[in-house]
Amino acid sequence: MIKDPQALIFRIKRWEDYYLFALESPQIASRAVPGQFIMVRISPHPYPLLRRPFSIHDASKTHLEIFFQVTGIGTELLSQRRENDSLDILGPLGKGFTTGPALAEKEVVAVGGGRGIAPLYYLAQVLRSEGASIRIFYGGQTLKDLPLREKIEGDGFPLHCSTDDGSYGFKGLVSDYFAQELHKMNPSRIYSCGPELMMEKIASLARNKNIPAEFSLESIMGCGIGACWSCVKRIQKEEGTEWTRICEEGPVFNGEDILWQGEEP
Amino acid sequence: MTDLTVDLGFCKLQNPVLAASGTFGYGLEFTPYLDLNRLGGVVVKGLYFSPREGNPPPRLVETHAGLINAIGLQGIGVQRFSEQILPELRKFATAIIVNVCGERDEEYAAVVDFLNKTEGITAYELNISCPNVEKDGLCPALDPEATHSLVALVKKHSSRPLITKLSPNVTDIVEIALSAQEAGSDALSLVNTFLAMAINPETRMPRLANILGGLSGPAIKPIALRMVYQVAQRVQIPVIGMGGILSGTDALEFLIAGAKAVEVGTANFVDPEATVKIIQGIDAFCQDKGIKTIQEIIGTVRVSED
Repeated sequence: MIKDPQALIFRIKRWEDYYLFALESPQIASRAVPGQFIMVRISPHPYPLLRRPFSIHDASKTHLEIFFQVTGIGTELLSQRRENDSLDILGPLGKGFTTGPALAEKEVVAVGGGRGIAPLYYLAQVLRSEGASIRIFYGGQTLKDLPLREKIEGDGFPLHCSTDDGSYGFKGLVSDYFAQELHKMNPSRIYSCGPELMMEKIASLARNKNIPAEFSLESIMGCGIGACWSCVKRIQKEEGTEWTRICEEGPVFNGEDILWQGEEP
Repeated sequence: MTDLTVDLGFCKLQNPVLAASGTFGYGLEFTPYLDLNRLGGVVVKGLYFSPREGNPPPRLVETHAGLINAIGLQGIGVQRFSEQILPELRKFATAIIVNVCGERDEEYAAVVDFLNKTEGITAYELNISCPNVEKDGLCPALDPEATHSLVALVKKHSSRPLITKLSPNVTDIVEIALSAQEAGSDALSLVNTFLAMAINPETRMPRLANILGGLSGPAIKPIALRMVYQVAQRVQIPVIGMGGILSGTDALEFLIAGAKAVEVGTANFVDPEATVKIIQGIDAFCQDKGIKTIQEIIGTVRVSED
């Protein structure tokens, strides 16, 4: 948990409304694990006021990447930054996905919806380096929502794409595609990030097959460091369910522990 | 270095900058980012007697130069606080102020009775003004009689100094301030958040699950400052000012208006180091102007009398 007031943006890639920023921030990058996030200050002025959370999309000892879609004023202003600007960031924050030698030689699968692909790419890199074989499902509304497909394929990951309108890959929701394909696989673990309804479907599929599954949840956050108690999700604890801070105890949770919308009290 | 110490009568602070309740967790959340020993004090998140659920999400929405929150005072209760948090927190050389909550007057008294037995608390801040707990933002701080009876009751139970935190959602905040003073409050802190609302036109639904919430941040600063000024003119007890302070110069405005200290809230979300930067900002201003002690600033607003 470090504040880097001057993380250099050394590379920007753009695909329509999707952006990839590569940042130089050795202190934060070297401590990151897949599933963690950073808080980015958008403006030195009071509008927009709050930092925005972004999953870490990739990290090395010195560099980290964020991948985002322009969805509001915060991401719009961020997208206007240029290479060689610097960003004020906090990180690495939160608890990440399960990785490690226990998954070596195992088959695992990651399912990303839209910008939810962001943390799964870093996860895939780390899992592969630890010896797991990882398959990626990547869905979007239309072809332009799959900007990372060439990069993921180029890295040699088995990739299954879907679009809601059928403009690329399977026609339909990525959760439906995954449901159709799941019986052909034997994953030891499922990882997912994306829209809540999509993740809820993946969670139910995983539960039916008794496969451990982890989900990275998205939320509006006030602080990202556990102080404001804004970003809560209903989570099963030992003594019942609780509003639980996504920034502090997540953003990654076990599917079994998450109460999805409608299951909340 | 400027002499930044301030004397609230019941305690001395090493500088006038406190972290505001509800924006600083239980204090320890910020230790990766700053040295708590540098702060004037920490006002910890509001405590009810028992652990508390809080409101369903969404609990926060950002608005222009501010945010509306409706957390609903989710918290760990007095027992866990005194067992798990306080032993760590009191190691720091800074004032520890506990924000005290209750659903009824008796619960406020019970919280204070419990905490009286623990070491390491400098004062209590009586939270009579949270707008997110009862329907329509109701709270004791909206009424002078309710304020008086609650402050008098807690004062009777408390072995420590009492700071009463006032709501801005009233017609005449001076009336409430005088009522708290008369009931024996040792100081006042103001203002809490402004009852507010945001709607998503696409869905026509309120953006907060609680419908209403409390507005904070720089958007409220001019109104908060006006209220601090008005109250400081009329009461004899110390006033702690807050509302949208982001910088040293913001804090100086409140001090000049008559606040003896300030609380920094929403700024902690924007920058976890905000409190320390604000202290540095105050110090730099004083050094630049050749001001030796912060006392030369407090309550010195120049209003022409003609």
